[in-house]
Amino acid sequence: MYIAVKGGERAIEASRQLLAAARRGDVHVPALQAEQIEQQLGLLVGRVMAEASLYDPRLAALAIRQACGDAIEAAFLLRAYRTTLPRFAYSEPVDTDRMRVARRVSAIFKDLPGGQLLGPTFDYTQRLLELGALANGSLTADAAAGNAPPEHVPNALAQLAREGLVEPCLPSEGDPDPPDITRDPPVYPLPRTGWLQTLARADEGWVLGMGYSTQRGYAHTHPFAGDLRSGQVAVELVPDELDFPIEIGEIELTECQMVNQFVGSAEVAPVFTRGHGLVFGRGERKAIAMSLVDRALRAGEFGEDASSPAQHQEFALPQGDSVEASGFVQHLKLPHYVTFESELQMIRKLREDVHARAAKAAEGDLE
Amino acid sequence: MTTHIAEGYNFAYLDERTKKMIRRALLKAVAIPGHQVPFGSREMPLAYGWGTGGIQVTAAVIGRDDVLKVIDQGSDDTTNAVNIRQFFTRTTGVRTTTRTREATLIQTRHRIPETPLVAGQVLVYQVPQPEPLYKLEPRRAETTKLHGAGEYGLMNVKLYEDLAQWGRIDESYEYPVKVDDRYVMSPSPIPSFDNPKMHRMPALQLFGAGREKRLYAIPPYTDVQSLDFEDHPFRIEPHGHACERCGDTASFLDEVAGTDGQVHWTCSDTDWCADRVDQGHAHG
Repeated sequence: MYIAVKGGERAIEASRQLLAAARRGDVHVPALQAEQIEQQLGLLVGRVMAEASLYDPRLAALAIRQACGDAIEAAFLLRAYRTTLPRFAYSEPVDTDRMRVARRVSAIFKDLPGGQLLGPTFDYTQRLLELGALANGSLTADAAAGNAPPEHVPNALAQLAREGLVEPCLPSEGDPDPPDITRDPPVYPLPRTGWLQTLARADEGWVLGMGYSTQRGYAHTHPFAGDLRSGQVAVELVPDELDFPIEIGEIELTECQMVNQFVGSAEVAPVFTRGHGLVFGRGERKAIAMSLVDRALRAGEFGEDASSPAQHQEFALPQGDSVEASGFVQHLKLPHYVTFESELQMIRKLREDVHARAAKAAEGDLE
Repeated sequence: MTTHIAEGYNFAYLDERTKKMIRRALLKAVAIPGHQVPFGSREMPLAYGWGTGGIQVTAAVIGRDDVLKVIDQGSDDTTNAVNIRQFFTRTTGVRTTTRTREATLIQTRHRIPETPLVAGQVLVYQVPQPEPLYKLEPRRAETTKLHGAGEYGLMNVKLYEDLAQWGRIDESYEYPVKVDDRYVMSPSPIPSFDNPKMHRMPALQLFGAGREKRLYAIPPYTDVQSLDFEDHPFRIEPHGHACERCGDTASFLDEVAGTDGQVHWTCSDTDWCADRVDQGHAHG
């Protein structure tokens, strides 16, 4: 009789070599450079940075290549690197009114200060595959026409907020010292600052599905996309040696300010309320969905009946972490011989009990 | 495999401040046996569900003089055990062993070694789900209150219903225990066969749940009782087979489907089995 008990180490080594070969593919095709990914797969780079909570397009591109293009695996690689980085300082809150917008649209006004700016979007592409480009290989792009981006685009909700029709944008409880969900274990219920962080790094598909659920009758939030923008935002911090902020760089962000009708409750007069979405990169789909979920999670604040999944923090938040979920779902492929053996024994005994009872009943019938 | 310590990383991967944070949480856990202590679980270069809690605990307590053993399903050679052992070899350079007796620190998934552990040894469990009540109450805000009040009625009713329906308790692994007569605790998914080994164990038992960001502990010589009823005491049922290598009938056995169409039985604890073979035991 032979039962394998050795060989794990050699099997792992062989598997690593196979992965390296699979990752490279046909060696006659030139290897991808991280720079090409950074430049030409920018939306994927943004998604990976968002789900990793680390803004570094070059490293994200490297992670994407190392992960064979798997967004969750790439976010995992980047997070495992992020955890080793020291914290030098905390930045000032970014001011998205001062975003150098590449795109800004509002669905609630035909025109507004700062204007409607389509920018680069898939929305009107008609989605025809570029079969011609497949044949001749290279993609070309004409220099984009248009004016230099405006430096200051006031938020579309600002005027309504001044009139008191939209709730003011007040700091949440706990500001300006929000918890750091990557350092502090979550204690539910999380403050809004905590759940917004959780959503910002949550799996895009999960947030999309949760947001979509609010549009299909599970906690309807009467949403209007008040202000949707993406572009470069300055990051500032106040060093210990100075008493004023200095700019240390720019990051690309996408923000959605959702306006939600609210007819009022015993506690709150009728007013338009807000849902907020903010993500790294050009993750517009996620920013919109995030603003829907944010508003749904504020049910308690507005005395709304919390009867749908998107309104329940302990459902909507922890399950949405792509790296945690991916690891735990896939851990099922790890050996479970011991627990399965225990279950086998249990099922055998339960079946014996059932059969014994059936046999006894049958005897009784005969008598 | 060539073993060189990974460059650019601190001893045992985590930085010293993180280790200190984890050790503080562990001290609290030891002071309140069986109580789940939240901790700032870090992202590790190992997938969640694959031992991130265990490796953070091991990383926080390991020293240069430690001798490390890593097992999964009782065996040192399962792939995930090999991977974790290699991780610590690369990040600490400490000596590793497969011998339970030689190890000062043992990280495990799903088993407690058959060789009785002794004072001075530390057993680190990988825990997928630290909350023993989660199938009955998924909201952690609620379970925290239940533990605080020592309110375990839900669990007692569940166990009672198993008995009423099946005549036995439907928990063959991850069978809940009560620690020091206070907290109901998940023993991690070890078979209930292993539960009695936890009771008054001379070694320190530490539990790490990375994804759920909780730690807990059982100090040496602490009472650990598997939940039961006076008229239905907890018991381990013999499986009725002998190991085909060492002939043991009392250790936990793996059931293996052979290429010959036969079912074979061998010790799940490979070190225990090898030890017995060395001592001249064999299948009769």
